[in-house]
Amino acid sequence: MQIKRIVHAADMEDIATGGAIMGTGGGGDPYVGKLMAQQAILKYGPVRIIDVTELPDDALVVPVCMMGAPTVMTEKLPQGDELMNAFRALEQLLGRKIDAVLCGEAGGVNSTTPFVVAAASGLPLVDGDGMGRAYPELQMVTFTLHGVSATPMVLCDDKGNSLVLNTVSNAWTERLARAATVEMGGSALLAFYAMDGATAKKAVVRGTLTLCADLGRSLREARAAHEDPVESVRAMLGAEIIFHGRIKDIERRTEGGFARGTARFDGAEEWRGHSLRLDFQNEFLMAERDGKVIVTTPDLITLLEAESGLPVTADSLRYGLRLVALAFEATAQWRSPEGVALVGPRYFGYDVDYTPFQPNSGSGL
Amino acid sequence: MIRIGIDVGGTNTDAVVMDGDTVLAGVKAATTADVMTGVVNALKMVLAASGMAPSAVDVVMIGTTHFTNAVVQRRDLAQTAAVRLGLPATASLPPMVDWPEDLRATIGNHYWLAHGGNEFDGRVISPLDEDELLGIAEEIKAKGINSIAITSVFSPVSNDFEKQAGEIFARALPGAHISLSSDIGRIGLLERENACIMNACLRDLSAHVIDAFRKAITETGITGRFYLTQNDGTLMDAAYAERFPVLTFASGPTNSMRGAAFLSGVAEAIVADIGGTTTDIGSLHKGFPRQATVAVEVGGVRTNFRMPDVFSIGLGGGSHVVETDKGIKVGPTSVGYRIVTEALIFGGATLTTTDIVVASRRESLGDPAKVAHLDTGLIARTQARIMAMLEDCVERSRLSPDPLPVIVVGGGSILVDGPIGGLQVIKPNHFAVANAVGAAIAQVSGEVDRVYSLAEIGRDEALADAKSRAIEAAVAAGALRETVEIVDVEDVPLAYLPGNATRVRVKAVGELHV
Repeated sequence: MQIKRIVHAADMEDIATGGAIMGTGGGGDPYVGKLMAQQAILKYGPVRIIDVTELPDDALVVPVCMMGAPTVMTEKLPQGDELMNAFRALEQLLGRKIDAVLCGEAGGVNSTTPFVVAAASGLPLVDGDGMGRAYPELQMVTFTLHGVSATPMVLCDDKGNSLVLNTVSNAWTERLARAATVEMGGSALLAFYAMDGATAKKAVVRGTLTLCADLGRSLREARAAHEDPVESVRAMLGAEIIFHGRIKDIERRTEGGFARGTARFDGAEEWRGHSLRLDFQNEFLMAERDGKVIVTTPDLITLLEAESGLPVTADSLRYGLRLVALAFEATAQWRSPEGVALVGPRYFGYDVDYTPFQPNSGSGL
Repeated sequence: MIRIGIDVGGTNTDAVVMDGDTVLAGVKAATTADVMTGVVNALKMVLAASGMAPSAVDVVMIGTTHFTNAVVQRRDLAQTAAVRLGLPATASLPPMVDWPEDLRATIGNHYWLAHGGNEFDGRVISPLDEDELLGIAEEIKAKGINSIAITSVFSPVSNDFEKQAGEIFARALPGAHISLSSDIGRIGLLERENACIMNACLRDLSAHVIDAFRKAITETGITGRFYLTQNDGTLMDAAYAERFPVLTFASGPTNSMRGAAFLSGVAEAIVADIGGTTTDIGSLHKGFPRQATVAVEVGGVRTNFRMPDVFSIGLGGGSHVVETDKGIKVGPTSVGYRIVTEALIFGGATLTTTDIVVASRRESLGDPAKVAHLDTGLIARTQARIMAMLEDCVERSRLSPDPLPVIVVGGGSILVDGPIGGLQVIKPNHFAVANAVGAAIAQVSGEVDRVYSLAEIGRDEALADAKSRAIEAAVAAGALRETVEIVDVEDVPLAYLPGNATRVRVKAVGELHV
């Protein structure tokens, strides 16, 4: 098995920064996850990253992640064994050894959580994930598109409780696991979507962990060299700058446990005289420029601070912030009719059809 | 009421005497290495300048960066025991996990994890175990540690466990300094714990420094009470400050913004404090600085203090002015306090922003003949560059589209001429000592930061509950009840949780009860 990259404790800084960029405003602050991964790597040794193509077709791969409110996790830190407990319990349920760890969501805090398990288990970590971004619900993974069942799934809390779910659909898993997470204190850690290597090769959004690491490094280096940090991120993502401006209005409401809202921007610099409207449900999901919808989920919209290039979450949006909005294409899997049905604008309640966004195709000004 | 306000900065110790709302005199003295001598000097100077008898002074308010500097410089910090209540949760990341190695070593890296803690909705994670805590107390005693920082999970929601643990340690270790995280920080365990530990390690120093302030005041014959100003521009009495030195961390910029609000009589504004090297810009809301929402690092440690959201740029009265092929460059390098020898108008060889102002004949300082040769194009372009830098900064700090005025204070205020980005500019009297004025007029506050489940009680009821708790906290801190008002309300829904769990933050302030 060829090792693509070795990740040491210090490398987690860049991965967390990249994870926040890929979090598209949601997914939670990777700070606590980053520290946990660093502790695990210092204790057990560095993490080996492999390409999904390195997996034998009959290999057993298991993704892990954190579920619940990231704000809760910043206060009630995990006990530390939850992820490994879930991972080992699922291994026992499946009755065979797991061969590799997978990332469920390469955006926000979950870009860091699989490193904890990879370090502690000594297993390789697949370079990729099930979203290529962040999404709020458990069934919103490319694995669902390939018929992979989220269950059997093991959900663990800090007290040592564990819950095994066997459900009829991934949407039911989301529903039941969400309720259990609240009972467990608002955040829980889980192992789910066990699959074989052949399926992983079709289902995984490839290269997203090294992309996180490279984005973080590029941003850090650009800042240190006093180069344009926004451009360093844009170039690496092949993204388009769809707007540069200041927030002139921010409106928030909570519906069904999700932080929904709308931010409105007035243009700055070359965008003076133009306006942008950004709708979010934890993540940024739809951008409307000068009254015309130009990007929607599943394509990615991420906000960077204009000066520092640092990613900005939907939670921290406030009046007056000067930001640059980048947009880029989602993985082809999400752009399929099945993908759009699962995570397209209509699923989130926006009355628009999905039109694929083509960066730098002249749709800008 | 006769008040004296003092601001102990890195370069100057400023002092003002105020009679009610009138500034009688303001002075600047050099800050001394021992800090105390500078305070005594400033007090003597300002009493002389105002003709005020020391016995007539009712209160003295001091803003100081002494404790911040102690942490930044890793000096005079006590060995500290960090005790966290939350097991089995939180064991993944020990206290001080993300601290700079040298600071952690300085205070000994002593920590214990114990049972306790609450869930976000107030449920108990595990009950407090008195025997466990008594065992920890024995170990703390054996190590000869006298300062303890106690942090319980979700203590901003329920601080019962921290209080109970504090009582257990107080009984087991008589005379120990005990700091509770719920008295200091907000939600975000590591950040709040960090602040609590930093507070604990400053307790020996605070006892010493507060005593020295007390002696400096007594030495000048003043018999009135004295207070220290904290991050949010409000006061704590000397005894409270001795227990919570960490709360002074950002009082400097806060005082200058509060002073600007007071001197100008404007409560909704942008404030630009222009010094010799940097300009700090922040925004005022109801006369108080808007607070930062992101984590703030102090001495390399991540905290979530109540700190003003201040943006700094390298522009001041001593900033270098250089003509380059890309146009005029102003700052960030500066001659700083050496302006009195290095600027052209003072016979030096460095072109500074102050030289440009004098050359434009807006101000008469030093020897104008020494800048008479400067090209008028250069003068105009430099002034335009300075105003453009300020405009960009002011734009960042605007929190609403309303055309707020910009209050300009600080020694470098002469750089500003006319409106900034179309916004009216106010230069109040005594602008150079606005920070000491800010200390003198500081009020008393109370704050709450709790998570409410809006599915159980409505939003209005949750806000009302938070407001009444904030008011009680302000009164407990020494505010006159009839003057207390709510100055800030913020509610942020917690994502990914049903039941509309919402985090509510409310602040109340009132006049000091003299």
